Amino acid sequence: MGNLIKVGMADLNVCVSPDSITTLGLGSCVGIAVRDPVTKIGGLAHIMLPDSTSIRNNTNIPKFADTGIEELVKQVVAKGANRSRLVAKIAGGAQMFAFQNKSDMVRVGERNVQATKAKLAQLKIPILAEDTGKNYGRTVIFYPETGDFVIRAVGKPESVI
Amino acid sequence: MSDISLEKMSNEYIDVLKELGNIGAGNATTALAQMMQCKVDMAVPQVKLLEFKELGEMMGGEETIMAGIYLGIEGDITGSIMFLLEKQAARYLVNKLMGMEMEGDEFSEMEFSALKEVGNIITGAYLNSLSALTNLVIYPSVPDLTVDMAGAILSVPAIQFGALGDKMLLIQTQFFDERVLDGYFILVPDLDSYSKILMALGLA
Repeated sequence: MGNLIKVGMADLNVCVSPDSITTLGLGSCVGIAVRDPVTKIGGLAHIMLPDSTSIRNNTNIPKFADTGIEELVKQVVAKGANRSRLVAKIAGGAQMFAFQNKSDMVRVGERNVQATKAKLAQLKIPILAEDTGKNYGRTVIFYPETGDFVIRAVGKPESVI
Repeated sequence: MSDISLEKMSNEYIDVLKELGNIGAGNATTALAQMMQCKVDMAVPQVKLLEFKELGEMMGGEETIMAGIYLGIEGDITGSIMFLLEKQAARYLVNKLMGMEMEGDEFSEMEFSALKEVGNIITGAYLNSLSALTNLVIYPSVPDLTVDMAGAILSVPAIQFGALGDKMLLIQTQFFDERVLDGYFILVPDLDSYSKILMALGLA
């Protein structure tokens, strides 16, 4: 087994098999794993907000779905992945609380998932699997060797997508 | 108004928040003591401005199981407030409140609603101090409670702070009776409510 690389909130990183990459406690944020199945180079982004263009203070690239995914793709390609072979798996985007704030932050988890899918579609990167929505947190571990995306949640059996 | 940045906020504002946190947490402690009918002490609250990635670490890792109570705020200012308590501390409080030892790892429905009530009283006491200090009318909404990973719970206020900048402001309060209980308050005013709070405090 290789090393386990950690990605924080509003953060992204790349890794090469046999290393694996993880982000802990995804709530309404979305974790996006991309991979080139041939070179077994992968990357993981942990985005918080759907759209960098709707916010003035938007210099933090990995914080947003649009800029974060673009940067993730750029970095895996720089590491040696083939752009046209990239595939993705996504997880997160939960609604942690039933209470709704009246501001536009309502359903931010769902909007994060939508923005993520839109960006991946625009970049023509197919989504092979997803575990999104619902109302609980998720820890994810991505293995570029196999493409396995392991998902852990409190009080639930571990799943692999 | 929307170019408010926590990074640029004056030390004076942080000091006011600290004082607010102190008074609020003090009221919350009194409320807690009344509820549990015992003496509860409190350490001076710590006001912290943290990067998102530091949040989980502070609470013992993103995967630490916490109880998070979340309420909406309406009235002169709008936004939300969250109170977080580590799971074992939450269990201890609920057991004490209900006067029994609970078995098992999961909260029962009754424990869940008792915990919600604890959160309601604590956040209510905090909001009362904010209201008294600012003369602003503040109504809390019905609370919602979840027990999950710290990172996942914190993503909710972090995302709201994320619209403003790359840091989050939180108030750490330690309660003592026979053991130490770490609690965290996170107040998230909506964008245009920041200036109302600052103005009411005479800082804008």
